[in-house]
Amino acid sequence: MSVVAVEDLALRFGERTLFDGLGFELERGELLAVLGPNGTGKTSLIRILLGLLEPSAGRVVIEGCPPRERCHRIGYVPQQRVFDRDLVLRGRDLVRLGLDGHRWGFGRFGAEDRSRVDAVLAEVGATPYADAPVGRLSGGEQQRLRVAQALVADPVLILADEPLLSLDLAHQRGVVDLLDARRESAGTPVVFVTHDVNPVLHSVDRVLYLAPPAAPRAPRSSGRASPALPATLAASSWAIGTPDEVLTSDTLSRLYRTDVDVLRVRGRVVVVGTPDDQHVHHVGNGH
Amino acid sequence: MFTQLLAQHFVHTALWAGAVVAVVSGAIGVFVVARGMSFAVHAISELGFTGAAGALVIGIDPVLGMLGGSLLVGLMLGLLSLRGRERDSAIGAVLAFGLGIGVLFLSLYQGYATEATNLLFGSIVGVSGTQLRDLVIVGAIVLLGLAFLYRPLFFSSVDPEIAAARGVPLRALSVAIFLLLALTTAEAIQVVGVLLVLTLVITPAAAAQRLTARPALALVLSITIALASTEGGILLSLAKPWPTSFFITALSFAAYVAARTLEWSRGRQKRSSSKLPRRVWAVR
Repeated sequence: MSVVAVEDLALRFGERTLFDGLGFELERGELLAVLGPNGTGKTSLIRILLGLLEPSAGRVVIEGCPPRERCHRIGYVPQQRVFDRDLVLRGRDLVRLGLDGHRWGFGRFGAEDRSRVDAVLAEVGATPYADAPVGRLSGGEQQRLRVAQALVADPVLILADEPLLSLDLAHQRGVVDLLDARRESAGTPVVFVTHDVNPVLHSVDRVLYLAPPAAPRAPRSSGRASPALPATLAASSWAIGTPDEVLTSDTLSRLYRTDVDVLRVRGRVVVVGTPDDQHVHHVGNGH
Repeated sequence: MFTQLLAQHFVHTALWAGAVVAVVSGAIGVFVVARGMSFAVHAISELGFTGAAGALVIGIDPVLGMLGGSLLVGLMLGLLSLRGRERDSAIGAVLAFGLGIGVLFLSLYQGYATEATNLLFGSIVGVSGTQLRDLVIVGAIVLLGLAFLYRPLFFSSVDPEIAAARGVPLRALSVAIFLLLALTTAEAIQVVGVLLVLTLVITPAAAAQRLTARPALALVLSITIALASTEGGILLSLAKPWPTSFFITALSFAAYVAARTLEWSRGRQKRSSSKLPRRVWAVR
């Protein structure tokens, strides 16, 4: 049975459709990479899965339960956000928050909880700096603690939103390895939002590619609103499948409605010809 | 003379009142500092003053007016739940207008000017038995509130994004902390006055932050520093007839300077003891 089922999901902000008709299932142990340029709803999809955002249509079920009811623990690894240097918080406190931070009261922190936190710290290799103030740790160390924070509550699903951003290659590798280890040991599926597939390419089972919705092509000279576009043109485009199915010139050209070339260079995926230059840059150099 | 004064009933009342206010201020200060709400504390206390001045004009208990003023502003700021610069400028705008109203109220008020001075600079030795009882009740409400909200409040203060993802109600907590802060401020005003509330709500927590990265220890240290400054300040003002508020601010600032100095010397030791660079970066 699948862990996550997404059916006919749509997200609209006003007249803008980020995606619609989106559907997929996530099996145990699977890693789904969500790719696409900025503003295509990658983070919004994560927020829907977290139960923080209501979709415009469709539904999501996680282990038989809608996300907003929070029946199950979901591990969330956000973008690396630099902590204030003076923040009164040690690495182990950050991890502990993932265990019981949402509960009311002071709470008793028993031996069982303590050993659980210690075990997860050891699992991600953060024991040496577990007692250091988080604000003084490097980005890579902070991100390891983030993974530990997501793992400590034994989640049924892990959602990671650009977790490798601003990490160097060695630390990128480290974070991906930690997620792979968890998929292996507990079968926890991972949804991994990224603008660059290369650091996770060898771990990815499937790719969900969200392309920008077609812009209404109003003539720029006249300020008048454009006539209503056919629904097929205004609709968003997305594709899901294995990397070999989705990351091809054919598929991406169809999604972008223009000629896009997907090259494989020394085991890396390079996308050339998308309308957004920045995107080319990122995917191209594997930043 | 010092020992004679120490035996006086009003001195005991003052010491107890100071203790209650110090514990509450030191405790909430930890959250206020973690959330970067120092300016909001200032705004809430100054608008507490406006409320008190308004109460004087219409002839009711200024403490009630103060509570009303600070709760109203606390609720407003909590509901807006703004972040960063937007919050700073919004608070600045509200604060300035509120103080303007306070000035108007004071000019309308025909009574004794000492009432206003007490509000601005505190009057701990003037605390009565009933006032002490009220301080204890309000203080207990704040402490119980903080104890109940402790974990989610801490979570949302240090790591709001993850806290929201785990279902922690950020906005409700923002309103709650502002309301508790408003109650605390109304308490602290009675001891150190409107202009010096920061000395109990911010300084001890800021000093504690320099000394430890352990959240529970920071809470204990902050309360201890607030307590020592307040009680020490009251005792010193018995020995030398300078304003109590001055002694309290001097002691809490001394604790802050000491904490920074200690942190600085610790950092120096650490740097000189390790010959290797503190962190070896992976080569890209």
